Amino acid sequence: MALIDFFKKIEPDKKKSPLLHTVYDGFFTIFYTPDEVTTDGGVHMRDGMDLKRLMIHVVIALQLAYIFGTINIGHQHFQALGLYPGFLEALHLKLAYGLIKLLPIFIVSNVVGLAIEFWYAAKKGHAIEEGYLVTGALIPLIVPPDIPLWILTMSIFFAVVIGKEAFGGTGMNILNIALLSRVFIFFAYPTEIAGDTMQTGKEVWVAGFEYDAAALAEGVRVQVSQYGWAHGFFDWIFGWFDTTTFGSGGDRMVDGFTGATPLGLAAKGGWEAVTAVYSPQQMWWGGIPGSIGETCKPFIIAGALLLVAIGVGSWRIMLSMLIGAAVTAIALSAWGATPFMEVPWYYQFYMGSFFFAMAFMATDPVTATSTQTGKWVYGFFIGMVGMIIRVMNPAYPEGWMLAILFMNVFAPLIDHYVVEGNVSRRLARAKKKKVLTVAAESSEAVQELNH
Amino acid sequence: MELFNTFIKTAFVENLVLAYFLGMCSFLAVSKSVKTAFGLGLAVIFVLGITMPINWLISEYLLSENGLIGMDLTFLRFILFIAVIASMVQLVEMIIEKSSPALYNSLGIFLPLITVNCAILGGSLFMVSRELDFANSVAFGLGGGFGWFLAIIALAAIREKLQYSNVPPALRGLGMAFILTGLMGLAFMSLMGIDPSIYTK
Repeated sequence: MALIDFFKKIEPDKKKSPLLHTVYDGFFTIFYTPDEVTTDGGVHMRDGMDLKRLMIHVVIALQLAYIFGTINIGHQHFQALGLYPGFLEALHLKLAYGLIKLLPIFIVSNVVGLAIEFWYAAKKGHAIEEGYLVTGALIPLIVPPDIPLWILTMSIFFAVVIGKEAFGGTGMNILNIALLSRVFIFFAYPTEIAGDTMQTGKEVWVAGFEYDAAALAEGVRVQVSQYGWAHGFFDWIFGWFDTTTFGSGGDRMVDGFTGATPLGLAAKGGWEAVTAVYSPQQMWWGGIPGSIGETCKPFIIAGALLLVAIGVGSWRIMLSMLIGAAVTAIALSAWGATPFMEVPWYYQFYMGSFFFAMAFMATDPVTATSTQTGKWVYGFFIGMVGMIIRVMNPAYPEGWMLAILFMNVFAPLIDHYVVEGNVSRRLARAKKKKVLTVAAESSEAVQELNH
Repeated sequence: MELFNTFIKTAFVENLVLAYFLGMCSFLAVSKSVKTAFGLGLAVIFVLGITMPINWLISEYLLSENGLIGMDLTFLRFILFIAVIASMVQLVEMIIEKSSPALYNSLGIFLPLITVNCAILGGSLFMVSRELDFANSVAFGLGGGFGWFLAIIALAAIREKLQYSNVPPALRGLGMAFILTGLMGLAFMSLMGIDPSIYTK
């Protein structure tokens, strides 16, 4: 027990330095459960599956999406250069490239969010609430790889302070924090996250390209790859192994390459326009541009199954969301007013971030409904509203983020009516029983009288 | 189909309270419990649904130049609209007092204040500025009322849930309601931009 001795030795005094003690406590409870017993107030419960361990399971379920997303950032970058078309070709380069993009996003996401969390915990004088662990792991997966870090910082600040701490901290928020931070970027800096390649000329979903300054001065838009010191460092390592390296950068993007997402293509020309660029297999396995973690469907489904198996994610919400989206997609494809509507309904699931939203966003136990009947209603409406936004709303390319936020607003209402329905049903049952017993008693009385 | 479009559009896409921020005073004040909010929401649906067609008739046949009087009396629009709304609210008040005294007491001053609820006058003025026909103005009234109703009961349910939250003392009550309204508006932006009419050729 060397570790616990070490922890006891470095424990700061709670009275003298509350902030330091809060931070210490946060790290201590990662390794050990606290030995103090709550003596006054509150509910007394002991379970190995506390909030921190529950959250860690979600983070574990996200790991496959993380690995795939990291490689895919590099894959998309080299696709734009016309290099290494096979997904597994030059894997070391793609992985290194992805890490260089993803690590800063991950670090900023966690440092900013946790700093706010620690500060509030110390201010309020209670232990750190672990709520940010999952949010901090989710946010990097739902932003484009090229997102400027200052925008990310602002969005996290907004989401955590306004969306969570104002409501009283972890477990009290109404809207999903990760989605709230994304929606902040979405409405405040639309060109950074929903860039229509045709309009802005910026490849939002393909990382690492900038306009050639000299060419741009002459009015010619030429995108060239940009490599920095980090790529040089990896080149230095790869040099030892005598493999392919990044080189110095400044290569031109392949003519005619558009990093358009399948949904962007489908909105313009329907399913034909999508299959002209991406094959269904490619979309299913995820070698397509998109937010970092959303593209690879099988890995996300594996994560979802893990969540269901250990009882962290609600299968009711997942299933009803799937049903809601499928029913709506079938109805829309039967309607068929636009090319996008004519996309076969099962192919709707190949595009966009449906599975990611289903597995990790809709099932958030804090913002979802908490009654079992409510979960069916909640999931179904997310599926329906999300599909309607995706197909029918020309303003937004994808619907799940907004659909989940929309239903988050209504979740307490659904719960309220489910509970009220239960109450009135039981009251009715109780009354009926009472009437029956009264009737039985009176009939007994009558019988006694007859005797 | 067109009427249905108008209904959906005013209820969800251009929600009176969350997109135009009309009718905020009672929205914020009466959203403490779902039951009261439900009653007020129904009252607003009723008043909007009744006053819009009446106001449409008034502005079309009484106030417009080629109406019954034959003079351009549009400058009387505000005062007549308000008079119609006030009398309808009086009617609602009498009905509620008779049928549900408990609800009447919990609504308190906010029931007569529906008269000056800007969502209702706003609905009538939108009707004039958008040149809706009679049937569409009924759909607009019912849709607008339904959107307002949904928004207020959703807010009330959230505020009931928030009673168990450790909200910072400075934000308790109205402060939280303002933040919530903003966040709800953000969520309702999801449907903004949908134009149902382009799909029904």
